[in-house]
Amino acid sequence: MEQGIIKLKREPKIISSYSVVGNKEHSGPLGELFDEYCQDDKFGKDSWEKSESEMQRRALCGAIKKSGLIDTELDVLLAGDLLNQCVGSNYSITNFDIPYLGLYGACSTCAEGLAIGACLYSGGIINSCGVMTSSHYCSSERQFRFPLEYGGQRTPTAQWTATGAGAFILGDEGRIKISEALFGKAIDKGISDVNNMGAAMAPAAIDTIKRYFLQSNHSPEDFDLIITGDLGYEGSEILKDLLLGYGVDIRKNHTDCGLMLFDRERQDVHAGASGCGCSAVVMSADIIPNLEKGVLKDVLFIGTGALMSPMSLYQGGTIPAVAHLVRLRSE
Amino acid sequence: MNEKEYSEYVQGRAKKSPILKNCAFAFLFGGLICTIGQALNDLYTYFGFEKEISGTLVSITLIFIACLLTGIGVFDNIAKIAGAGTLVPITGFANAVASQAVDTKSEGYIMGVGAKIFTIAGPVILYATLSGAIYGVIYYIITLIGG
Amino acid sequence: MDIFLNYLWAFIVGGLLCVIAQVLIDKTKLTPARILVLYVCAGVLLTGIGVYEYIVSFAGAGATVPLTGFGYTIAKGVREAVNKDGLLGALTGGLGQTAGGIAGALCFGFLVSLVFSSKPKK
Repeated sequence: MEQGIIKLKREPKIISSYSVVGNKEHSGPLGELFDEYCQDDKFGKDSWEKSESEMQRRALCGAIKKSGLIDTELDVLLAGDLLNQCVGSNYSITNFDIPYLGLYGACSTCAEGLAIGACLYSGGIINSCGVMTSSHYCSSERQFRFPLEYGGQRTPTAQWTATGAGAFILGDEGRIKISEALFGKAIDKGISDVNNMGAAMAPAAIDTIKRYFLQSNHSPEDFDLIITGDLGYEGSEILKDLLLGYGVDIRKNHTDCGLMLFDRERQDVHAGASGCGCSAVVMSADIIPNLEKGVLKDVLFIGTGALMSPMSLYQGGTIPAVAHLVRLRSE
Repeated sequence: MNEKEYSEYVQGRAKKSPILKNCAFAFLFGGLICTIGQALNDLYTYFGFEKEISGTLVSITLIFIACLLTGIGVFDNIAKIAGAGTLVPITGFANAVASQAVDTKSEGYIMGVGAKIFTIAGPVILYATLSGAIYGVIYYIITLIGG
Repeated sequence: MDIFLNYLWAFIVGGLLCVIAQVLIDKTKLTPARILVLYVCAGVLLTGIGVYEYIVSFAGAGATVPLTGFGYTIAKGVREAVNKDGLLGALTGGLGQTAGGIAGALCFGFLVSLVFSSKPKK
């Protein structure tokens, strides 16, 4: 079917995953589940961009080690982040001997990478690959908003960029398989408020989820979990509310990575977390272990990215968004 | 739902900033900073400085305090509560300069600190100078006609 | 008693100028950077039409410390310079009067960047 759900004939398994986070993430509700964290968010480096790269390097090292493979056994690495020219990924992967494809999908990068990797595997083009992404509060704040020490106020709909990197190894072995993928379309509903990214991303998630249920024979109840990443509180509410208007009720089993990473009240993060790293570390530290244990058996993961550029906003532009879907099942 | 309807829907449901609380804090912090400025002004005048010099010294003192608080990482925590209360006094201008300087030193002292120090404060200086120049021209014409 | 009144007016006028900006931030789409620009330009304008000097006369630092006071200082400097040097004063007067503040911010900003680095936020 054109533009339809990609049903993977040869289903890749998630062999391993690894998460590295900052201090604030570690003191959040999922704190103990992450593989590694850094007290001062610097990871021993002297600039925030280098810290982000180092975080990725540690995540990929960890994931490769867990998988029992070595880097030269991976056919390709799909990685990306939020920074200009994807410097977070570009500098981390020079430490490895793996062919590299750079991705930019903002916060959807984790889902985008998993979906592309799964398609390449399913087509018999590769037999294994790495998927990695990251975001760092300090490097993002500098690039997209204000200097870190600038005194400003956030509005209640603003989201907090997560400091974290997640890496995944796909291949032949493992209990969790990726069975379907659906690539999202870039959707722009005219939102230009950088303090309400959830509202900018929700329409993209709605489009992808709507298309999925229209084309598949499934209903939302068939899944243990429909997890978006990262719409935050505002975007999640919009998503559930508007999907209901299309006859798709995901209120019972929906959650959002941006709502899981932090305690919104205690940690003063307003509408929740965002950033490529958010969904990557939540998937790696919480969802994937639960799929492995069999607590979850069938999960739809929809990565949502706000493709925001400060320059375009100054030119009077709005914020396009994209949402990619992957279906994860445990055997 | 078209773009306009969606944007109205989004704005209608978004939780608003607590404006009364924000205004109360802005009033308190802004008023307090200005009162400190007045006290400093009286102090400098008491030490025998001329009126104009005292005024400049007040600005410089407040700017120094704001820069220092920015450096030790306290200013943004105060501003989170004070909002416009720390933004509108000269302290906000100083914070805009100092925070850029601290933040961009990773790109070096020329293209980092040197080039970016005006990113937020530059517009203020430009438009202050420009509107001052326009006022000067108008004032000049008025003095010609009048005198 | 007079001195107490001075402080009270400084507090009230300074506080109110901040409240107006807070309302603009929360109720309109104006970013803080735009509000600062608006404030200095408003300061120049109000000084030009003679209103701001009246406010300064009773509010003191309550009117000179906010950024509108920056515009006031510029306009006052321009006026004095035009009186003295003619049209050239339109260019020389403004920054001359505010040089202390601008140079202070630049120098202290630079010094602070020598000593401190940006910190992760809690």
